[in-house]
Amino acid sequence: MTMTHSETKSARISGTRLGYRFNIIGMFGLSIILCWALVAIFAPLIIPYPVGEIADLDYFGPMSRDFWLGSDYLGRDMLSRILMGARYTVGISLAAVTIACFSGVVLGMIAAVAGGWLDTLLSRFLDALNSIPSKLFGLVVVAAVGSSIPVLILTLSVIYIPGAYRFARALAVNINAMDFITVARIRGESTLYLIRSEILPNIIGPVLADLGIRFVFIVLLLSGLSFLGLGVQPPYADWGALVRENIGGLPFGAPAVMFPSLAIASLTISVNLLIDNLPQKIRDRSE
Amino acid sequence: MANLVQIRDLKVEATTDSGRRVEIIKGVSLDISEGEIVALIGESGSGKTTIALTLMGYARPGCRISGGSVSVAGKDMTTLSEKQRARVRGTEVTYVPQSAAAAFNPAATIMDQVIEVTRIHGLMAADEARARAVDLFRALSLPEPETIGSRYPHQVSGGQLQRLSAAMALIGDPKLVIFDEPTTALDVTTQIEVLRAFKSVMKNGGIAGVYVSHDLAVVAQIADHIVVLKGGEVQEVGTTKEILSNAKHPYTRELLSAFEPKPREAADTAETAPAPLLKIESLVAGYGPSQSDGLPLVRAVEHVSLKVEKGRNLGIIGESGCGKSTLARAIAGILPAAVGKIVFDGKELGRSARERSRDELREMQIVFQYADTALNPAKSVEDILARPLTFYHGMNAKARSVRIDELFDMVRLPRNLRHRRPGELSGGQKQRVNFARALAADPKLILCDEITSALDTVVAAAVIELLKELQRELGLSYIFISHDLSVVEAICDEIVVMYGGKKVEDITPTKVNAPHHPYSQLLFSSVPKLDPAWLDGVEQDPELVRAYCRR
Repeated sequence: MTMTHSETKSARISGTRLGYRFNIIGMFGLSIILCWALVAIFAPLIIPYPVGEIADLDYFGPMSRDFWLGSDYLGRDMLSRILMGARYTVGISLAAVTIACFSGVVLGMIAAVAGGWLDTLLSRFLDALNSIPSKLFGLVVVAAVGSSIPVLILTLSVIYIPGAYRFARALAVNINAMDFITVARIRGESTLYLIRSEILPNIIGPVLADLGIRFVFIVLLLSGLSFLGLGVQPPYADWGALVRENIGGLPFGAPAVMFPSLAIASLTISVNLLIDNLPQKIRDRSE
Repeated sequence: MANLVQIRDLKVEATTDSGRRVEIIKGVSLDISEGEIVALIGESGSGKTTIALTLMGYARPGCRISGGSVSVAGKDMTTLSEKQRARVRGTEVTYVPQSAAAAFNPAATIMDQVIEVTRIHGLMAADEARARAVDLFRALSLPEPETIGSRYPHQVSGGQLQRLSAAMALIGDPKLVIFDEPTTALDVTTQIEVLRAFKSVMKNGGIAGVYVSHDLAVVAQIADHIVVLKGGEVQEVGTTKEILSNAKHPYTRELLSAFEPKPREAADTAETAPAPLLKIESLVAGYGPSQSDGLPLVRAVEHVSLKVEKGRNLGIIGESGCGKSTLARAIAGILPAAVGKIVFDGKELGRSARERSRDELREMQIVFQYADTALNPAKSVEDILARPLTFYHGMNAKARSVRIDELFDMVRLPRNLRHRRPGELSGGQKQRVNFARALAADPKLILCDEITSALDTVVAAAVIELLKELQRELGLSYIFISHDLSVVEAICDEIVVMYGGKKVEDITPTKVNAPHHPYSQLLFSSVPKLDPAWLDGVEQDPELVRAYCRR
């Protein structure tokens, strides 16, 4: 618009100085995620007791001055186990979601730009992969190959590649129909340039949002696998495994089963809050 | 006597996403008496549609009417409640949108949609409404008025749909009809019929109208008064005759002068260059799977031959759907031609862009109609222009920066825009960037596909001037594709008229007033002139119209 602006008093929203608008809910989500990330990094330095040590004389102990979150079914300190569990839950999920989204998005963009038989082949292959129920697939693979952290990461990422591929391809097909792609094509540009410089910058917003959702799915699936005993192996445990091994404490209302569940909930909910409220660039810059 | 419409000191403001308030309409006052048609004219962003919408008490999302009064037939639309406004809309004030195709529901028959207004307001029985609708169809000279209502929107043409949307607006017997650029999306040959229908219905019914447009020649045919707007303020008000013959405000004069055809001085270099730059022989291109004879199922371009001399320009005109854009795409190699030869600068080119060398691609550039979609919205203008420089010329960052500055100067853009993204530029600026990108390749030939049709007359005239200047400086050739004859006339040495995928005539601007082919005659006589009596005076052979217009 090329009109002169008459400035009136404007209500400032937090974060506008950087040219981005970031609302309070998004910030709340981000701060919880950052807290868990810091915990995951510094866990060995801050845990009060070693993870495997049976410290409490009682099992399913209540919250006390010595054991802030009570003790588990063997009398180990829950706080230490949850803090260390963050490493597995956050670390494995992050690695898996990165692999899944990276491969899915790159393949999706290539399929959209190349079209033709490559597109058909990739799409049908990944559709076939998609048709296998994810929990069953995870169970079969982990049961067959044996549970280790690399196997878990790869299995989880393979399960979520088709979704990321479908999503990125759908977005990229729309961008691919725009005139600026035609201009780049008849300039003689390669597929790599097209996907990296012309398509990716235009789909990055939705792709990041999708990455957030997929992260949550992976946390839940990992917790599910651990709950079934196929995830991280003892004496180490991620949050899902902590829920499973302490499930016997449920009738006693033991904190040992409540807190790992709360940890899973807090991480997944805050990731959701963040991706629903990602910072938005303010287009009106004429100050 | 009180006027039908009295707008007094109207102010509309919008809130931007950083919470800042911007005044879009800054105190506009105007009057419309009964049965009078007033045109609101101005460039895009001048607030003409915003004012028209306030007549229904409506402001688009994010906007609000912040001051003044809009009184329609004694009611102040700004103070009515939403319920009261709803009662007025469709009965006293009605609206004809720019794109009728988008305004109709594709899943319901036309008749059901036309009489919907009477049903909502409980004006008359359904049978009575249907009879009235048929009368209106007849008054708007629609074909088969008895049965057209039972069709679905996709079964009628664009011009017919536009008239049907007028029928929808008129059925509630309104006092005021708002036309929002109703003919902008139509071909000239169709526009003339639609304008005629609107004019006769409005005059016969004595209905007042507001006609929003950026095309002064169209407005001259239909309006009694003209209001010239710019930047949300009234620049000039007068009767149509006064404005056309005796404009006072500089902006109005600019609008008028954008209309004057500026004859192009004939390039005299043509004789010295015997070999044509581009020669096309019997080109066939189209869509769909190829048939047993090797031709595509739907042939959009059939056996077209043409040539472009060095330093001269070729214009291709025709209505939408005549295959002119497909021809450009086939030449550029975006849509490989099925049959035919493309000889560029003495070498035969591959039919598909993939078969051409980088240098061949560099020498022929294409500029698209919509700069919005032709520029990557995620990149800055600088990055957009830098890419062809790196890609074709292998320039380093320093050389690029110097060259980008030169390009900015060439297309008359201020250098401080280089960090902006396309979304932060105006339509004319975007089209300049679009053009600068083609220039960055140092081409010999630029294919311009309707590059001015998305722009206002004043901006379009400036872009055309720029193209001429660059041609003088750089010795470029253009192929200029347009449906707007005046644009093509202004810049081209030769004009090719296309109809139904075939080339029907080759003309030079000196002979432009005497085309031989009947379709060319029809096309040229349909271009509106800046003369209020033109529409009533223009005579067209009805046989010709029937043969060539899919109305």
